[in-house]
Amino acid sequence: MSYVRPKFRHPQLPKNKLGYTTREYEGSLSTLCAGCGHDSISTAIVQACFELSLEPHRVAKLSGIGCSSKTPAYFLGQSHGFNSVHGRMPSVATGAYLANRDLIYIGISGDGDTASIGMGQFVHAVRRNLNLVYIVMNNGCYGLTKGQDSATADVGSKSKAGSVNPFEAIDLAGMALELGATFVAQSFSGDKTQLVPLIKAALSHNGFALINVISPCVTFNNNPGSTKSYDFVREHMDATATMDFVPLQSVISAEYGEGTKTVVTMHDGSKLALNKLEAEWDPSDRVSAVRALYNARLEGEVLTGLLFVDSKSTELHDIMQTSKRPLNSLHQSELSPGNEKLQKINSVLR
Amino acid sequence: MVNDFVVRFANVNGTGSASANYLFAKSIFRMGIPVSPKNIFPSNIQGLPTWYEVRVSEKGYLGRREGIDIAVSVNPQSIVEDIKGIAPGGYFIYDSTKPLHEELFRADVTFLGIPMMETCNREFSDPRQRLLFKNVMYVGALSALIEIEYTVLEQLIGEQFKGKEKLIAPNLKALQLGIDYAREHFECPLPMRLERRDLVGNQIITTGNSACGLGAVYGGATVAAWYPITPSTSVAEAFDDYASELRIDSEGRKNFAIIQAEDELAAIGMVIGANWNGSRAFTATSGPGVSLMNEFLGLAYFAEIPAVLIDVQRVGPSTGMPTRTQQSDITLAAYASHGDTKHVLLFPSTPTECFEMTAKSFDLAEQLQTPVIIMSDLDLGMNDHMCDPFTWNDKYEYDRGKLLDADDLEKITRFGRYLDVDNDGIPYRTFPAVHPSKGAYVVRGTSRDEYATYTEDSPAYKRNMDRLVRKWNTAKTYVPKPEVYQKHSPARDAMLFFGTTTQSALEARDYLGSIDAMRLKSFPFCQEVADFIVKYDRVFVLEQNRDGQMRSLLITEFNADPKKFISVLNYDGLPITAAQIVDQISIHMTSGRKK
Repeated sequence: MSYVRPKFRHPQLPKNKLGYTTREYEGSLSTLCAGCGHDSISTAIVQACFELSLEPHRVAKLSGIGCSSKTPAYFLGQSHGFNSVHGRMPSVATGAYLANRDLIYIGISGDGDTASIGMGQFVHAVRRNLNLVYIVMNNGCYGLTKGQDSATADVGSKSKAGSVNPFEAIDLAGMALELGATFVAQSFSGDKTQLVPLIKAALSHNGFALINVISPCVTFNNNPGSTKSYDFVREHMDATATMDFVPLQSVISAEYGEGTKTVVTMHDGSKLALNKLEAEWDPSDRVSAVRALYNARLEGEVLTGLLFVDSKSTELHDIMQTSKRPLNSLHQSELSPGNEKLQKINSVLR
Repeated sequence: MVNDFVVRFANVNGTGSASANYLFAKSIFRMGIPVSPKNIFPSNIQGLPTWYEVRVSEKGYLGRREGIDIAVSVNPQSIVEDIKGIAPGGYFIYDSTKPLHEELFRADVTFLGIPMMETCNREFSDPRQRLLFKNVMYVGALSALIEIEYTVLEQLIGEQFKGKEKLIAPNLKALQLGIDYAREHFECPLPMRLERRDLVGNQIITTGNSACGLGAVYGGATVAAWYPITPSTSVAEAFDDYASELRIDSEGRKNFAIIQAEDELAAIGMVIGANWNGSRAFTATSGPGVSLMNEFLGLAYFAEIPAVLIDVQRVGPSTGMPTRTQQSDITLAAYASHGDTKHVLLFPSTPTECFEMTAKSFDLAEQLQTPVIIMSDLDLGMNDHMCDPFTWNDKYEYDRGKLLDADDLEKITRFGRYLDVDNDGIPYRTFPAVHPSKGAYVVRGTSRDEYATYTEDSPAYKRNMDRLVRKWNTAKTYVPKPEVYQKHSPARDAMLFFGTTTQSALEARDYLGSIDAMRLKSFPFCQEVADFIVKYDRVFVLEQNRDGQMRSLLITEFNADPKKFISVLNYDGLPITAAQIVDQISIHMTSGRKK
């Protein structure tokens, strides 16, 4: 890592619809190890938000504890962030979302933060269809406490010290599908061409969007024999489809790549054009996604790309029938019923 | 013995006795006589014994009193103990469908047998009604025996079944069956009886939990997150009920959100997330929930995020006795979490205060940017209490504390989230999305400087910790002041109490004579508490826990001589009584003063 971010930027950096360059989406300098997969994911988030022309201050970023959970400081410096408690980001994000349904919420977690200490909150955020982009920076180990196996480490995966993990791995994407998640994707921190459109699609989704990103830990879990190393994932990556994310405002037909078989229209009207690589897989069919994921696992492959999306999903506020206005914008006159009503309540209690 | 006795009902849980027992208590209230009902219930839905104690007190003593004057028994499981518990000269009303064992009779108790089951089986055909109307029948018998006005009962039954008018006639029939049987077989009225008075004024009768829920609606809470736990569950339910009635927008949608969380950790996490994002949010729980919330409470303290937590205290862990009352979370709540933490506590003693303190707690939490914990208990929360009516000043405006909006941010050169601008320890905060390029920061527990920039610099950490002490000292001037009870010539002894100990403490004071008293309403202790304590040789600290937790807090916070503070305790799961207080204090009074 370097300690000072250069202030110089090329004057002809491309600008988005808001007139912002990627600079407006960057955060402070990362303190993670050089080559950490997490930094690539942060860059992909910056790129996705830039390309979607999101107003940075309309995004809220939340995390738990761990290397992954440090990253919200390293992207979207104009956004409010919340580095919360280990494994408890989903509850903080739920409260934040209940308070203001109009912001965009990005939750960052790790495999320890999600699949171990945070499992309880993760599964409940999924089943409530909290409108949150939930990115797991999954490296199969506890980086910040120096490399212990996590619950997503594959059985038989070898640690840097040579010990072999004897326990079954928790498959977060498979579990999310089982729990009724309305957007499930997997990706690899080293595959920006896949990750950026996935993040854009997740940001356009109306409900819980899980992206489980294999993100190698260069210091503790990038050794031969590890199934979360750069080399292993590159060799064993198997994608459901190649894809293009087409924002709402674009002319759709012109953007489609050749051989496109499926177009998914997102909640906000934007389109996801998919060039399917898995014949039996249909992104709107949960069962086919489970099958594809399971088949890949049996073959020792890592299935990446979009796995499932329910583009007509009903998110938490609509499930709960709360006001269409953000609750945090309601005025006292709308909150406090006043003394006259209180006196009526008194009369019932006599 | 007019308007001064205790009636205890012994029922089987899940047999519909609650509404009949409430009918009994409320009819006395409607006759203008002070009354105090208390549920003593098991951790069970159906089958175990449950009791309902009603104290009638012309003098307005509303604390629990020992000694049962009239026991009504419809539960064979507890009959032996129920008979033993009756004070000499008392009455035992029981279901005489099956004869009572000879050895159960007591010479100093009058036994009044009523064939409740037999009568209801004869008069009603529906099995559920047969069971339910036994309860109404004993209310009828009591109304003849102690002279409850019939019109009051009739009116209450009418109110209870509004919208279900079909049920009024069979209820009145069951009532009449009891009245007729009692009049025919017993000498009515008993010497222990009621007489109409005008002693309740415009008071209301309700539970603390219901009042907390209503207070949260009035205090502007828009997010509630909770996990079911007795005895706090009805706080969330009351909020939901009141808000569903009072907070619906023009499109029929809710101007509030309530979530039953997966556990208490998630509940407090949601509350913190919502408060961070500009909503007033709260949770309600009991001791085990507070234990689980410890980590998050520490984060909220250090990150300086408002949060309101209603702790309805109960007996310790597990299940069973925890459906009994205690004030045993005081130290747990005061210092909850890891690191150096202290939390603002409020101690309501009536439903009226539950309402006011809950509503006000949102101001306090936002002014101080820290968690505020309302220390209720099972007795206050789940029992009906006579209390002053709720009032609301329509001119009063919520105080959201030191908050910067977009215009404010435009005017300052650099926003420092943790800068002590006003030298009172309270910094300024911003909500997410406040401004396109100013006011954003990343919330962290520790490891930050005044501008919320990440740092592990020791002096910066220490500066922050010292500022939090300044804030704590400021809090002492924000919290509600104690109530003092002094006679003209100051006494040498005083008692200190809080919450539901109040009723029994004030009654005890009438018996004890020369003793002053202070009711604590909040923690941190404000200057008034310090000034009060120094005036007395001895301070009796009355509380409902084993370890004298409030006493420990007083000694710690004032660095005071422990010898000065004498614990007066009850921790058997039942509300403390005046007799217990008098007994424990009298020992010290008669043994003389050491000087």
